Amino acid sequence: MQEKDNNKNVLIDGSRLIIESLARAGADTFIGYPITPANLLYSYGRQRMSTMLSAPDEITTVQWMAGLASTGKIPVTATSFPGFALMIESINMAYMMELPMVIVLVQRLGPATGTATCGAQGDLMLLNGMISGGHPSPVLATSNFKDCWELSEKAVNIAVKYRTPVVLLTSKEEVMTQKSFNLNDLKNIKTVEKEYFDKDCVYKPYSNKTMVPEFLSLNQNKHQIRINASTHDQFGILQHSTEDALNNTIRLENKINNIINEYSFFEYDKQEGANKLIVSYGITSAAAIDAVNKLRKTGSKVNLLIAKTLIPLSAKYKDIIEKYQKVIFVEESINNQLGRLIFGIDRPKNMKFVGGIGKMITPEKIIKEVENE
Amino acid sequence: MNKNLLNTSSLPYCKGCGHDIIAKQSIKALESLGYLPLDVIFVTDIGCHGIIDKCLNTHTVHGLHGRSPALGAGVSFGIDNPDKKIIVFIGDGGATIGLQHIMEAARLNLNMTVVLHNNYLYGMTGGQTSGLTPKGFATTTSNEGNPFSGYDICQLSHTAGASYTSRVIGIGDITDDFVKAFKIKGFSLIEVVEICPSYGVKLNPKRKLAEIVESSGRKTGVWINKKPAYKLHNNKNTDDLISKLPVINDNFEHSLTKPTSIVLSGSAGEGLQLAATVLAKSGIKSGLDVTQKGSYPVTVGVGFSTAEINLSPKTIYFHGINIPDIVIITSKDGLNHNLKRINKMEKGILFIDSSLDSPTTKAEIIKYDFRSLGAKNAALASVLFFAKKTNIINYKAIFNIIEEEKIDKKVPIDKIKKELHI
Repeated sequence: MQEKDNNKNVLIDGSRLIIESLARAGADTFIGYPITPANLLYSYGRQRMSTMLSAPDEITTVQWMAGLASTGKIPVTATSFPGFALMIESINMAYMMELPMVIVLVQRLGPATGTATCGAQGDLMLLNGMISGGHPSPVLATSNFKDCWELSEKAVNIAVKYRTPVVLLTSKEEVMTQKSFNLNDLKNIKTVEKEYFDKDCVYKPYSNKTMVPEFLSLNQNKHQIRINASTHDQFGILQHSTEDALNNTIRLENKINNIINEYSFFEYDKQEGANKLIVSYGITSAAAIDAVNKLRKTGSKVNLLIAKTLIPLSAKYKDIIEKYQKVIFVEESINNQLGRLIFGIDRPKNMKFVGGIGKMITPEKIIKEVENE
Repeated sequence: MNKNLLNTSSLPYCKGCGHDIIAKQSIKALESLGYLPLDVIFVTDIGCHGIIDKCLNTHTVHGLHGRSPALGAGVSFGIDNPDKKIIVFIGDGGATIGLQHIMEAARLNLNMTVVLHNNYLYGMTGGQTSGLTPKGFATTTSNEGNPFSGYDICQLSHTAGASYTSRVIGIGDITDDFVKAFKIKGFSLIEVVEICPSYGVKLNPKRKLAEIVESSGRKTGVWINKKPAYKLHNNKNTDDLISKLPVINDNFEHSLTKPTSIVLSGSAGEGLQLAATVLAKSGIKSGLDVTQKGSYPVTVGVGFSTAEINLSPKTIYFHGINIPDIVIITSKDGLNHNLKRINKMEKGILFIDSSLDSPTTKAEIIKYDFRSLGAKNAALASVLFFAKKTNIINYKAIFNIIEEEKIDKKVPIDKIKKELHI
């Protein structure tokens, strides 16, 4: 076989792509606490980030990240549910303080410590409800190596431009499996531009003049900065429930919902004439693609929607789904969390679910449900 | 520029509260040391002490209950300026829930000062007992007196490695005590003991602070560790994770016409995952799409070690393997771990070490004495044997990878070649 000059094939895992992309996008600090199946990310973070710190627990992890973010750093960590559960109050803090950070959440089988070395897709509903007040907090889900690369860049972008924690949702099989991959398929990553308040007037850390207040680092001496996790006014001063302070809290919700205008990512593989749709995200997308390819080979018409921006939720998903006579959600859980996220408890009768825990969902299982009349 | 660190002399504390003394005198200490407002970052959290923020002209960071030492630690890591001062305010309740954060900051000897407002109970939430409440001290949740001793936070801080730890009674002028703590390079903690006027005084009438400290077996004083302050070591030689990866040119041929799943399994510590990587890379070298994943017990160094490899002439999406096409077993551990799916094989090939009994299966069984080449070489030998027998991948591609990866220095290649007649 002739050597192909345009190929740079390597054996690589998703963890490596995620960390390298995050670093190129501008993330400069990795805070680690070991947990399976996120340890490869920790290992690569140690090698790649200019600042790497080992935290004594996951609460400390996000507290340190918040402190570093307030000095202008862009911190990253990686964890799985047991660690993430400990982080949630501190993520709420960073959300309220409006500090940028990226948390890579590698899903494994729960509840509780569950099975550390078994992949799963069981954390979406938790992510949807993790901010007190029901506010949305951005979640992007990777479904292949290209996503590991490109969505990681977007995660840093959102974190910095919207001053918010961002969760990059993945799972054990995505970050620990090695695959052949052509490095030439990787697009160029742009380093995020940090913009700081540079005026002479009084600095309001939580100004309501714009949806995202201008940022200033604690490293500067020109303006007073107040960073606050409690209900606060535009100056960052704690308030009980003044109009200004409550409007600030409302702005947080609007700010995150606004992200969807710029960061609505999904793949829609559409063939004319199909009246069946498979909906997937994350690890099950690979099986869904195989299922679609096999079904189409036999003449069966079926389309595929792979969701990538999961929170805030795009209204486009519902618009697409409602065009089909039969919709099959595929997820490594037993309760169709994406379906619940889109439709609540009032799920349409034409919505079917292919789920399961403890092992990967196969293309054959999906095909069976698609063909089940 | 306004040089006053406080913007009011009227602080929002109950009459007689020690917090007022702490706030005013710690500020006075900072001012006497020449700190300007924006040289100072106050990190506070939830508790009566935390309502000081609005009275300060400094930077203020107001976080979660008990987490201010960790949040302040994060600020300390990020502040690359010895002229800046990070002051963490925390109460005894916060110190209870956030004890680990104080220990960690002390252990690392971070550049920051923790000012512990110890009034022996949770004042903001109704006067409950904290982890620092002394034995015999009455609170709303221990009216008869706390039956347990409280933590000696100073001993803990000192033992953990703080440069400077002190305990003072929060009465009179304690400005100099703050000055001493604030001047330290590295971590300092000053515990100021006080009585909450709303709960502590009422529930412990006629008790004096000095007597409470003494009867609880504590002493006021200073404890010093002579050690350097924390220095952040930035990783200056950050490695690009991608560009130095070995590129694998596909200059060998394969004979695959459809996707093929392979399970390679043996015992931990016998080079099985390395052999799997060699096989996977040889697949790429042969122009195939490849996936590879490993599984082994959490103890890593004992029991089975299994690798799952997919080889395909077309793009692989789903990489899970249920019933494999080919199984290669080099030891009893590997056989036991995969016995169920070997039993379910209706076709395909099972390569198995000749020391093992043949399991029930409809796969073709090919036996070979892989272990005769040494336990640590069995996996690599089995992969070469598989290539020779099936010709899915040219075994020369495997040797090529072995050379490129410089594994040939670690394994007796000539011996394996001779034994396998390749």
